[in-house]
Amino acid sequence: MTLVFSGICSHGPGITGRADMAPPELRDPYYAAYRGMRDAIRAAGAEVLIVVAAEHFANFFMDNMPAYAIGAADHYDGPIEDPEWLRIPRQRMRGDAELSRRLIAEVQQTVDVAYAEEWKFDHGIMVPLHFLDPDNELTVIPANINCQGPPLTPLHRAYAFGRALRRAADKVPQRIALVGTGGISHWPCTPDSGRINEAWDREFLARWASGDEARMTAYTDAETYADGGQGGYEIRTLIAAAAAAGGKGHIDFYQPIPIFSTGCVIGRSEIV
Amino acid sequence: MSLYQLQKLLYQLNRDPALQADFITDATAVADRYELTDEERRAVLEPDIGLLYVLGVNGQILMHFAAFMRIEWADYLQRMRDGVRQHGPIRAGVYAMTTGYDDKVAGV
Repeated sequence: MTLVFSGICSHGPGITGRADMAPPELRDPYYAAYRGMRDAIRAAGAEVLIVVAAEHFANFFMDNMPAYAIGAADHYDGPIEDPEWLRIPRQRMRGDAELSRRLIAEVQQTVDVAYAEEWKFDHGIMVPLHFLDPDNELTVIPANINCQGPPLTPLHRAYAFGRALRRAADKVPQRIALVGTGGISHWPCTPDSGRINEAWDREFLARWASGDEARMTAYTDAETYADGGQGGYEIRTLIAAAAAAGGKGHIDFYQPIPIFSTGCVIGRSEIV
Repeated sequence: MSLYQLQKLLYQLNRDPALQADFITDATAVADRYELTDEERRAVLEPDIGLLYVLGVNGQILMHFAAFMRIEWADYLQRMRDGVRQHGPIRAGVYAMTTGYDDKVAGV
């Protein structure tokens, strides 16, 4: 072992940036669930946090889009967005280039992954870190799956990426926590922003919690787009986190919060 | 149609403070560096958020350009609705508007 925690969380910029527009009765329990995840990561004794994210054209663009990428720097800066817009101040997060290289080398045994020695975190990583590591106590290793638009890596490959991360984490001495952060159904930053398909979300989360690879990867991208919107493509990050853990999942919190543009989830999986 | 070039301009603008400064000083000169159609160029320079949405610019890029232009969230969403009303359905990219002109599914 050295993977000591694996979980999932949502990440929209509205979660911090539009906090004052959210009904407190929806917002505050979600923040509490996020803090619960922070406490669980601390209780597990994690030194390192791998964030499997789905970044949004902050570092990677259509000129050279990696399906998978892992950061390999000693530090990262963020947010790349206007801090006043996101309401998270600019800061520097500690990385570990040597640890990244060891993880990348092992991941590459089964998944070809790009590496990035420079990486500016966008809201997809900054919002989770804002709650999970507010005092920058953890070493952060960013990982990315392109979820923004086709051609997209297949879901079974996202699962394989999670397995590879698990294998890599188990080969290093550090105590590592991993979170996958992405949406379930959502139509972000469009006029449809706020639309959430709760039934589809709950069905996906049931499949995710089963830990069954075949069930959680049994969606075509066309089905995901029709039922879960373009934001639904980000289920790849949640699948990778489940794969890293290998056991059954538990949903600590799920609630559609339209002003945050997504169904907001906090969950964790049993590491087996 | 050069959606790639249009998105490239906005992507680079979003992440490069020096290019932002250039854009504030002389937006036309910045636009000249990219292979844009006349319509794309007009949409950037005006800026016409609704037309940019209809042309297919990904919202993950467009929302930051709107914020850079000091357009508030509710206004940003409304400009996209108005863009579809004025210019017709989205022509390229990953989107199709799935709510009505007057739906405000998040309340804004």
